[in-house]
Amino acid sequence: MNQTTEEEILLTEPSIDRREFLGRCTRAGLSVAAAGTLGIGFYDSHPPEGSVAENGSLRIPDYSRAEMKGHICIARGTDRAATVRQAFAALGGMEAFVNPGERVLLKVNAAFASPPSLGATSHPDLVEAVVGMCLEAGASQVIVTDNPINDPASCFALTGIEAAARQAGARIVLPREALFRRFSLNGGRLIRNWPVLYDPLTKVHRVIGMAPVKDHHRSGASMTLKNWYGLLGGRRNIFHQDIHTIIQELALLVRPTAVVLDGIQTMISNGPTGGSLSDLKPTGTLIVSTDPVAADAAGAALLNKQPGDLPFIAKAETAEAGTADYRSLVLKEIHTG
Amino acid sequence: MKIVTARRISQFFFFLLFLWFCVVSTLGEQWWQLRGWPVNWMIQLDPLVGLATLLTTGTLYAGLLWGLLTLVLTIVLGRFFCGWVCPFGALHQAVGWLANRRRKASRMMAANRYRRGQGVKYAIIVFLLGAAAGDLLDRLLALPVNMPLVAGGIGAGLLLLGTVAHYSKSMSGLRWAVSVVCIAIVWLLLGLLTDGSRLLAASLQTGLLDPIPLFYRSVNLTLLPLVDGRLLSLSSASRIYPGALVIGALFWTAVLLNLRIPRFYCRFVCPLGALFGLLGKNALWRIGQKPDGCTACGACDRHCEGGCEPAATIRTAECVLCMNCLDDCRHGVMGYHLHASAAGEMAAPDLSRRAVAATLFSGLTAAPLARLAGLTDAAWNPDVIRPPGSLPEAEFLQRCIKCGQCMRICPTNVIQPAGLQAGVEGIWTPMLNFRMGTSGCQQGCIACGNLCPTSAIRPLSVDERLGRKSFASRGPVRIGTAFVDRGRCLPWAMDRPCIVCQENCPVSPKAIFTRSEYRPVRLEGELQLQGMTDNRLLFHGPAVPAEQFATGDYYLTVGDDRGLPPARISAIGAGGIVLEKNPFAGTAAEGDRITLLVRLQLPFVDPAHCIGCGICEHECPVKGRRAIRVTAENETRVREHRLLL
Repeated sequence: MNQTTEEEILLTEPSIDRREFLGRCTRAGLSVAAAGTLGIGFYDSHPPEGSVAENGSLRIPDYSRAEMKGHICIARGTDRAATVRQAFAALGGMEAFVNPGERVLLKVNAAFASPPSLGATSHPDLVEAVVGMCLEAGASQVIVTDNPINDPASCFALTGIEAAARQAGARIVLPREALFRRFSLNGGRLIRNWPVLYDPLTKVHRVIGMAPVKDHHRSGASMTLKNWYGLLGGRRNIFHQDIHTIIQELALLVRPTAVVLDGIQTMISNGPTGGSLSDLKPTGTLIVSTDPVAADAAGAALLNKQPGDLPFIAKAETAEAGTADYRSLVLKEIHTG
Repeated sequence: MKIVTARRISQFFFFLLFLWFCVVSTLGEQWWQLRGWPVNWMIQLDPLVGLATLLTTGTLYAGLLWGLLTLVLTIVLGRFFCGWVCPFGALHQAVGWLANRRRKASRMMAANRYRRGQGVKYAIIVFLLGAAAGDLLDRLLALPVNMPLVAGGIGAGLLLLGTVAHYSKSMSGLRWAVSVVCIAIVWLLLGLLTDGSRLLAASLQTGLLDPIPLFYRSVNLTLLPLVDGRLLSLSSASRIYPGALVIGALFWTAVLLNLRIPRFYCRFVCPLGALFGLLGKNALWRIGQKPDGCTACGACDRHCEGGCEPAATIRTAECVLCMNCLDDCRHGVMGYHLHASAAGEMAAPDLSRRAVAATLFSGLTAAPLARLAGLTDAAWNPDVIRPPGSLPEAEFLQRCIKCGQCMRICPTNVIQPAGLQAGVEGIWTPMLNFRMGTSGCQQGCIACGNLCPTSAIRPLSVDERLGRKSFASRGPVRIGTAFVDRGRCLPWAMDRPCIVCQENCPVSPKAIFTRSEYRPVRLEGELQLQGMTDNRLLFHGPAVPAEQFATGDYYLTVGDDRGLPPARISAIGAGGIVLEKNPFAGTAAEGDRITLLVRLQLPFVDPAHCIGCGICEHECPVKGRRAIRVTAENETRVREHRLLL
């Protein structure tokens, strides 16, 4: 009987040897220390910030050339490639705009996934010609970009811009999330802490804006100034509540080397998407200008409008983005075959 | 070369081919994009897709004829597809091998023994085919009702045959005649009962578990979107697929079950494997033992992929022709022979007639029960917007195998797998969600229909989609209609100019048009005219901030209505309000009330032009629940959804 109880006691109250006890104490102590260090190390008494902090350090350079300030050429013609070549030639050739070795960004209008024949986007012939001229002037690289409204890959493919640009030797940059940065325009009210297609802009020396002349129900017209909308990301559509002010700010966002306003055909109705050949009217005009405000003021006539009908032109002029009185500039008017 | 090496090469090849097809299902003209790659070939080789759509539709659509090749080879060779071709099977085999390679031989033999549960896959296929067979059965039963002469002729012929047999004394003509008459009566009664009733309906649900559509769906919707990035650049914007968690969970469960039992899915679940098992009953060649030399060591069971017990009475229906037993047998006993295994073979799966009948019956009744919800007719869900070219809902559900090819190829990521919006039957079928993706459904795009392997979405031409040339009289394909929610729309409800929807409407003339309206602005008090010089108005009253009212969208009138048009405000400064033109110069007097107005363009939809592309919904700046939304009203595919006269 006694023996059994002793055995039972041994079974129910097992002893621990010193070596094991010390080992366990050390491991437990180290674990407690590690947990404590981590907990205190990551301690944070502040709640997270509600919104993303503004990044005021980003700047977009001025791409204009001082010696070319206030030049505009209004060319009449029917062949886009020939007309744009002669228009640039009239202003001193692409060499006057692009130095050898410089990188050039073409901000085209590739907003919609529609074929070139419908005129809703930059015409591939024009893109090809301008890319070609830049490279002939010695540009080391030409980048073509836009942040379209429809699916980007489809837009660049279906508009023919991708093929034309590649053919001429340019590189297409599709708007990936990583290329946008939150940007605040100096003195801007709307472009504050807003995603802008920033990365391509910082990689180039020159920027050329290219836009067709199109009817636009909300703003009155879509031309070279409205075309910078394609550099905005995020929920840019909310700016339509104040369309003229956003176009004014866009005019301040980018100071381009030159703009090419394509009014060889004008989308006279149903813009800016078009969708039918009957929305287009041959107007045989192509404008190259170093002043985008002047280009738009001159282009308004193609839509049978006065610059005064388009409040954004006056607003851009007030903000000193250019002048609406294009006749006060160095004006060349040429006719091509 | 050892036979198992050849098998591994074959599996590896088809697995890579499958992955390659998934990758190149990307719109574009590069060599690694869609172009002419036969990306549906694996689906077409799957005879379950062909068989099930044959049951539901009565035809074998285009490329699905490839399934016949697999079928014929299986009848002759056995389940070669499982062991040598199936990419899902290859994945299971690889995972099973990785998980179990260190296990002892005895444990592997235990893991690879035959289990009664392997019969479940036969229940699954019988159920799924039963659900698909309703229409066919309906047509068969209707034969005596619709074509009494033909049916009567067949009956008379059979009776005549019985009479001849009776007098030639080869069988009892009386019993024959009685059975023919009984069958005819039952047939006629059933035909009359089901005629015009909703007792029979067909639903194609094989795609839920059919390994090839399942694997395509899993890779397309849950794997590629995760790995798409810098290294593998398939889409410029990251892809979104609601319900991917469930699709992925099914896939990973199937993969991880290999850790318990190798090729778990193939042995217990796979309806395609079950179909092959049933078909391979009379295979000319099969795995088995030679008459002598077997020492009963059991080594052949060790790596048996099918769990078919080659050491004992081999269950040929379970054998996936992995050929591992040939490799493992040290006595050269195992072989792929014309004769039966010396240890005995069980050619057909062990199925009870009662269980098969009960499962078939369950399948046959499930489809009509699902249809009672009415989602294919009166209770159709307007939120289910099908891709352009989709067939009417009932026919669509008889063809869609939920493979996700349309969702993969859609350039704008607007085609999404349905949850329960289209009912239980419609789970993982494609529907459009315009809030997601890079744009709505692009007007000139016909990718989804041209990729659909079963033509649940018809292959349209661009001309048909746009209603051009020979399709001009029919007009463009409409998938729905946009409706303005006037309680959420900025100009309608909140006096803010917007019309982004109108701007982006891609059709010509635009389906969204506007009507202008001047609405008085809310101010804290009244503005009164103090004085006027040219276009400049001085006023008393509350502050009128320039940044708010000198934007080009604001106008004013002076005095009571004198029929003068409102004048646009071009600037506001210390000197007062500057108007673009001043029509009030002659009539206004000091102390007149100035009414500040906002000019609003209010959007309207013209259903005669709206195609339901949803670009307006995608672009609407009211980003939560959009202020303009597309529903399936007026879609072309169902006449009953027509909206206009």
